[in-house]
Amino acid sequence: MHGDFDFSVLADSLPFLWTGLQFTLKLTIVAMLGGIALGTLLALARLSPFAMLAKAASWYVNIMRSIPLVMVILWFFLVIPLLTGQPMGAENSALVTFTLFEAAFYCEIMRAGIQSVARGQVAAGYALGFTYSQNMRLVILPQAFRNMVPVLLTQTIVLFQDTSLVYAIGAKDLLKAAEVAGKNYNRPVEMVIFAAVIYFVVCYSLSFVVKRLQQRYAIKR
Amino acid sequence: MNQMTNSPMIELRNVSKWYGQFQVLTDCSTQVSKGEVIVVCGPSGSGKSTLIKCVNGLEAFQQGEVIVKGISVGDPKTALPKLRAHVGMVFQHFELFPHMTITDNLCIGQIKVLGRSKDEAQQKAAKLLDRVGLKAQAHKHPGQLSGGQQQRVAIARALCMDPICMLFDEPTSALDPEMINEVLDVMVELAKEGMTMMCVSHEMGFARKVAHRVIFMDQGRIVEDATKEDFFGTPRSERAQLFLSKILSH
Repeated sequence: MHGDFDFSVLADSLPFLWTGLQFTLKLTIVAMLGGIALGTLLALARLSPFAMLAKAASWYVNIMRSIPLVMVILWFFLVIPLLTGQPMGAENSALVTFTLFEAAFYCEIMRAGIQSVARGQVAAGYALGFTYSQNMRLVILPQAFRNMVPVLLTQTIVLFQDTSLVYAIGAKDLLKAAEVAGKNYNRPVEMVIFAAVIYFVVCYSLSFVVKRLQQRYAIKR
Repeated sequence: MNQMTNSPMIELRNVSKWYGQFQVLTDCSTQVSKGEVIVVCGPSGSGKSTLIKCVNGLEAFQQGEVIVKGISVGDPKTALPKLRAHVGMVFQHFELFPHMTITDNLCIGQIKVLGRSKDEAQQKAAKLLDRVGLKAQAHKHPGQLSGGQQQRVAIARALCMDPICMLFDEPTSALDPEMINEVLDVMVELAKEGMTMMCVSHEMGFARKVAHRVIFMDQGRIVEDATKEDFFGTPRSERAQLFLSKILSH
């Protein structure tokens, strides 16, 4: 019957869709971990007393946050091979781009987190004889990170959704896999709906975790 | 002990400090000898806390000199972390690290700053926790303790570093009345053992009991720097007389 949905093709294409989802998850996790690490360094730079360093970090963050992600993805995909002289592939290009792009957003979260730590705590660390870097590592960052866990996770949900933008450079993520499978089985609508359901389930469960975490931290305070 | 009295443990020479245009400290000078207990009092905003924080360099000052055991705090070449490791400080709001257990709070400085082994640090921590009567709380987090208990832990944390002197910044003013004495008892004991102490405090009972000298500050100046007997007997300045009459009247 023309126009009816037929989800029976899903079962056959599941292994293929799974490879796409694997890349989506890999991209999310790499960009999250790399982005938080790089973002924390950027936050430290933005808060540093060295004006040049603070300015440079601030420029980086503001530029990244002012350009649409799709453009950054395309731009890196086209420019990096020109600089390095060899093609790096859509997947690797996406991993690098997302890490660098998300770092700007995680930076602002970590900056707020660092500033949320009470000044008395900072003073207490110094009074014990900690150096700047010891005080950061042992006293300030652990508390900043804890305070910001819900916000960091929320940003990660956004990141997870944004990974679908790699379709622009043809990297094979969940959306791309669904599109390809849709063409193969001539069932594009079913495949895209299925991909949407997966995005929804993952995001919704993550927001549920965020909500629980927020409640837990709210009680602790 | 006696030859130490010639070179003071803490010396402030004409210390002045500004926040922008506003002068918070004006020409403050005093000395604290080894084993001496000094109580710094005065109305709020008089610069007591700022003064005591200049001693370990937590607050910078623009003029004058602060010398702790022969080391100039204001000298940019001075390694402040090294100096602070041996100057214990206790804060008004305790400032225990909330993400660590009580034991870890007591060990972290010993391990990371003094380079002690974990075992050594834990032994020392256990000994000092026992001393402040909180052995049973070792595994808890600061949030699970009462204010008085937290402040006793904070004192133990400072003592773990084997300080050459102790700074107290209003250690009892954030406490409920019934918890003040448990903290003061620890401080009295410390004073009796000969610890050099500089305490910003309004606890005149504590001052009467153990202080050797009392410093009275007003509007960023040291108005009165007298022995305990002189201060409570016949304070010279009118401002100190007024202050005393207000806080001792009830």
